Amino acid sequence: MMKRDECLKVLAQYHTDQIVVAAYQAAQEWLVIKPNALNYTAIGAMGQASSHALGFAVGLPNKRVLVLDGDGSLLMNLGSLVTIANEAPKNFIHFLCENGSYEANGGHPIPGAGVVSFADIAKAAGYPRTYEFSDLEVFESEIGRILQEEGPIFVDLKVQQGERYPVDYDNLHSAERRRAFKEALDAIR
Amino acid sequence: MVSIGTLQGSAIVEAIKQSGIEFVVALPDITTSQGVLLPITRDPSLRLIRVAKEDEGVSICAALSICGKRSVLLMQNTGLLDSINSIRGTAVEFEMPVCMIVGLLSKEPGVAPMESNRYGVRITEPILDAMGVEHHLIEQPQDVAKIGPAIDKAYDTSSPVVLLIGRRLDEE
Repeated sequence: MMKRDECLKVLAQYHTDQIVVAAYQAAQEWLVIKPNALNYTAIGAMGQASSHALGFAVGLPNKRVLVLDGDGSLLMNLGSLVTIANEAPKNFIHFLCENGSYEANGGHPIPGAGVVSFADIAKAAGYPRTYEFSDLEVFESEIGRILQEEGPIFVDLKVQQGERYPVDYDNLHSAERRRAFKEALDAIR
Repeated sequence: MVSIGTLQGSAIVEAIKQSGIEFVVALPDITTSQGVLLPITRDPSLRLIRVAKEDEGVSICAALSICGKRSVLLMQNTGLLDSINSIRGTAVEFEMPVCMIVGLLSKEPGVAPMESNRYGVRITEPILDAMGVEHHLIEQPQDVAKIGPAIDKAYDTSSPVVLLIGRRLDEE
């Protein structure tokens, strides 16, 4: 099992100019690990990260879009896997931080924790490339290559909570953050 | 054959195209299925994104707006009711221009939505009012003129709008 923030730190080493759509705990950590105007956290409702990301991917087909999803979140929007696979955006990489729990809501287990295979679900939904990682060194050795592949790609990261980061939903949802994101997007499109 | 004086789906499609809409995000709705969605599937000037659930569409349309792309979400009022939390969070609280075309399932033609015998139809406008979401009824041919200004206003003010389709539209 990997620590989520350590995974995100590895990803941050390879992240360049991609849009990152991040949800809940992964978002709290990513904003600290890799602050960037192209980080988008205005998900609006639990489970919707992947759908916002799809909108960016089809709206800006020349820009790579990374999603940092949670397993509880993805369970609320499983159909989005089929929608995304059907659209097949080549610029779309879907990371799942699978910790088996609703960490933001008291740490209760998700249904099917440790049993359900999200990578299998994504594959069955039509994602042509799916990966699972539970070893940080293996993830580190593969992520650079994966980020160069054609999407849609699904990457399941088996994680547990690592270092504790500030939890600040007001920051995640702030109008200022949304405005900065839009300005950054306007500058590149 | 559609008789003169009835609302035509083709007029709705033309109105959204005239409003600069590039993307239609849709889940089939029996009210608009033949008259609106079917011609959209055949129109190369519109990009159709088929979704599995309507709240996906709220998010997709919001993200497209940030990319500078105009879109509409085509769905049934049951899907609207199922998407309330997404509309609340993304469209209302985050002030995103999500434009929704919503078929009122089984609404009786000529009857105001709030006077419908259908519970799901009757509650739709009051829920939108409670959420502060602007809405317009599109039921008569002259109502099509409301579509363009409503979409423009949504993008100008970065706020959601719902266009309620009040009668079942047939293939033309």
